[in-house]
Amino acid sequence: MKKAIFYIVLLIVALAFIYPFIWMVSASLRPEIEISDLSPISSKFSISNYKAVLEKIPIVRAFFNSLFVSCSITLSVLIFSSMVGYALSRLTFKGRDTMFTIILFTMMIPFQITMIPLYVLMVKFGWTDTYAALIVPGMISAFGILLFRQYFKAIPQAIIDAARIDGCSDLGILFRIVWPNSIPALITVAIITFMNTWNGVLWPLIVIRKQNIMTMPQMVTLFAVGGQAELIGVQLASATMLAAPVVIIYCIFQRYFIASMARTGLKG
Amino acid sequence: MGRSRPDENNRVGYLMALPYVIFFLLFMAYPLIFSLILVFHKWNIIAPMKWVGLGNFVRLFNDALFWKSLGNTFVFLVIHIPLQIIVALVIANILNQKIAARGFFRASFFLPVVISGVVVTILWQQLYSQETGLFNALLSRMNLHKVPWLTSTKLAMPSIAIMATWKNVGLYVVLFLTGLQGIPFSLYEAADLDGASGVQKFFHITIPMLNPTMIMVLILSTLGGFSLFIEPYIMTGGGPMNSTLSCVLYIYKQAFYFNHMGYAAALAFMVALIIMVVVIIQRKSFETEVYA
Repeated sequence: MKKAIFYIVLLIVALAFIYPFIWMVSASLRPEIEISDLSPISSKFSISNYKAVLEKIPIVRAFFNSLFVSCSITLSVLIFSSMVGYALSRLTFKGRDTMFTIILFTMMIPFQITMIPLYVLMVKFGWTDTYAALIVPGMISAFGILLFRQYFKAIPQAIIDAARIDGCSDLGILFRIVWPNSIPALITVAIITFMNTWNGVLWPLIVIRKQNIMTMPQMVTLFAVGGQAELIGVQLASATMLAAPVVIIYCIFQRYFIASMARTGLKG
Repeated sequence: MGRSRPDENNRVGYLMALPYVIFFLLFMAYPLIFSLILVFHKWNIIAPMKWVGLGNFVRLFNDALFWKSLGNTFVFLVIHIPLQIIVALVIANILNQKIAARGFFRASFFLPVVISGVVVTILWQQLYSQETGLFNALLSRMNLHKVPWLTSTKLAMPSIAIMATWKNVGLYVVLFLTGLQGIPFSLYEAADLDGASGVQKFFHITIPMLNPTMIMVLILSTLGGFSLFIEPYIMTGGGPMNSTLSCVLYIYKQAFYFNHMGYAAALAFMVALIIMVVVIIQRKSFETEVYA
């Protein structure tokens, strides 16, 4: 009996975290007069709110923009951060320790302080309203370097020596020997980077004004703030479309997500 | 193999570290140096920069809105941090027991963490809505008064803090869970032999052993509070009466609505300084409390 009550309470708490999303999806499918209903069931479900979103804003384009930007950044962070991580953990060169200290230091600098000069730099490069402004400043990540450095240190020297004797170059060793032995680290960095980029909205709001370059969260934000949605249901439909890809990926890779975030303590 | 071919390694090391060097110079060092120049100038990005010395800082100290935005951030932190730690600790302790469907529960608490803040804010704006919101519908069903969640100057920031707690708490649950699993079971067994109660064990073993996690949670949520932006941007635009104007929203408005680049840089510099001081104070006070 006591156990049953415990589980009921726990289930209610869990529902408090899931139900708002269920309500959002349901409300986006309901006619406007039923929007404040508590129950998610309705006899008048329709996709008219979604049609309205598609008519009012180029959200499909924004989806592909976001996908392109997030994938480019993730791929680039994996390649470049692992290269630097490899150099820091497996090679010796002058200034290596200084470099490590600098990387630690840059992680403590809040984005607020570099945001304005970084914008000025984008203006000088003529990169505002281009994909370059969204991608290039995110192409390497200090957090990725540190995580790879940590992980690569644990790889046995014997494997690397063997590859070197076979005539493998350092780049070859990194991608053909070290990468296959570092799948958990690669997944962690990929998930965190992809999520941060996909969900990031402050930087796009600063450097992008043209609608056809906008990322999805930016477009949905401006759609909500600008009052262009007119109906609450339409606004919730746009939010649902923004949430859907991440929720689908999360449902499939849930374990990896939680493990990655627990390992790093970083949040999106 | 570093020893056998030191020179080769040296060169390759430089080459492989080169991407970061370029990145650092361009996107870290340059902005930081430029920021230090900018804070002493008046600049609207189009006309040439004008040297104003400490003018921006004098203006900042007399700027009621800046202090208001700082005050708002502290209101947010004072509600958000304790609430977050208590809720996360309770949930983590429950999940740390042998319960059925633990994975399901963990995944549910974690769901809002992975979903964009934009989605969460748009959703909660509707939940909080005065007339059509879910919360007020619930309250009126229980014959209680409707609450002006986002339209009252007193309640708007606490409402945002509650939403932020809901969004982030799953991450802290996972962090606390990791911390809890690192506590040696023998400590609890020893306490059992001494006849300690569950409450005693919690306050004398669990809490002190979780100290490193606690400090991490404290610092992460403080940094989160100081970077609060999209929530007030979407929900309230900083209102009503600037009661939800956050530091970053204010910097953003100064820089990109009014083109006050120099002043905005000075504001950002000041906020970064305050963040540093707050984090150092938190570190110091929490560490002495435990190891004294």
